Amino acid sequence: MSMKVQTRQVDGVTILDLSGRITLGEGSVTIRDAVRDVLAKGSNKILLNLGDVNYIDSSGIGELVSAFTTVKNAGGELKLLNLTKKVHDLLQITKLYTVFDVKDDEASAISSFSK
Amino acid sequence: MRSRMELAALTSEKSTSTLPSLLLSAVDDWHSGNAGKDLADSTTSRASYTLDSSLDSVNKIEQTAEVSAQRAGFDEDTVSHVAMAVREAAVNAVLHGNSYDPNKHITASFETTRESLIVRITDQGPGLNPDTLPDPLAPENILRGSGRGIFLIRAFMDEVHFRQLHPGTELTLIKYRTPAQPGT
Repeated sequence: MSMKVQTRQVDGVTILDLSGRITLGEGSVTIRDAVRDVLAKGSNKILLNLGDVNYIDSSGIGELVSAFTTVKNAGGELKLLNLTKKVHDLLQITKLYTVFDVKDDEASAISSFSK
Repeated sequence: MRSRMELAALTSEKSTSTLPSLLLSAVDDWHSGNAGKDLADSTTSRASYTLDSSLDSVNKIEQTAEVSAQRAGFDEDTVSHVAMAVREAAVNAVLHGNSYDPNKHITASFETTRESLIVRITDQGPGLNPDTLPDPLAPENILRGSGRGIFLIRAFMDEVHFRQLHPGTELTLIKYRTPAQPGT
């Protein structure tokens, strides 16, 4: 039920594979901590793979936005990968779909980060 | 779809916190009929619960909303939207209304009529004026880390009403069972 995060590195990009629910008290703090850890280790190119995120609420959306601004303010880039229909629809409704750089293919997502 | 017994188990589960989740007045008079098949064949029910101000309560209310919406015959997407809207209302009540105060409760009631699913969530907080909430779609707010809950509730429900309880707030969320006719 709760969210899980697995981290991997591909060509200088840190990919966070998220799964489960991103909601108040479940996944939102996990994302915050994971992104801070990545930045603390000196990486600022982050790809959030949301392919296995089956549910997100307004708190979770807020955490995605906060992660985006945190990484941007650190001079880096945060992009989203593999949105499920539910997450895609929520980002559309909240007008955030065009704020985020959303990708649906990992290889092209990796190559889209500035070198 | 969950059975009546599963629903009863879900909603009557006791909490181990100092203020246990009490099922004060459950009027579980479901007449499931052909729920999910024929909206015109009325499925009526009414149930209300008083719960402590915790995320556990939020999850229970969300699950009950999902079951209620399924029984009212909504399609899968609408069930998901109703459950999310009700969850957001419950989060508001627990977090912004009661501030997790163990001495305060929230209530949730679910009523299915011939026309609608009606969910009411109350808290005992300082009160909420929806007119003062910033627009989360405004350019100056789009990157805020919060403030989208009421917006999503309004997006997913057909009617949303606020009532001040002095103290507290009651949110009434309504989803029509019969889709509006084109041009009306």
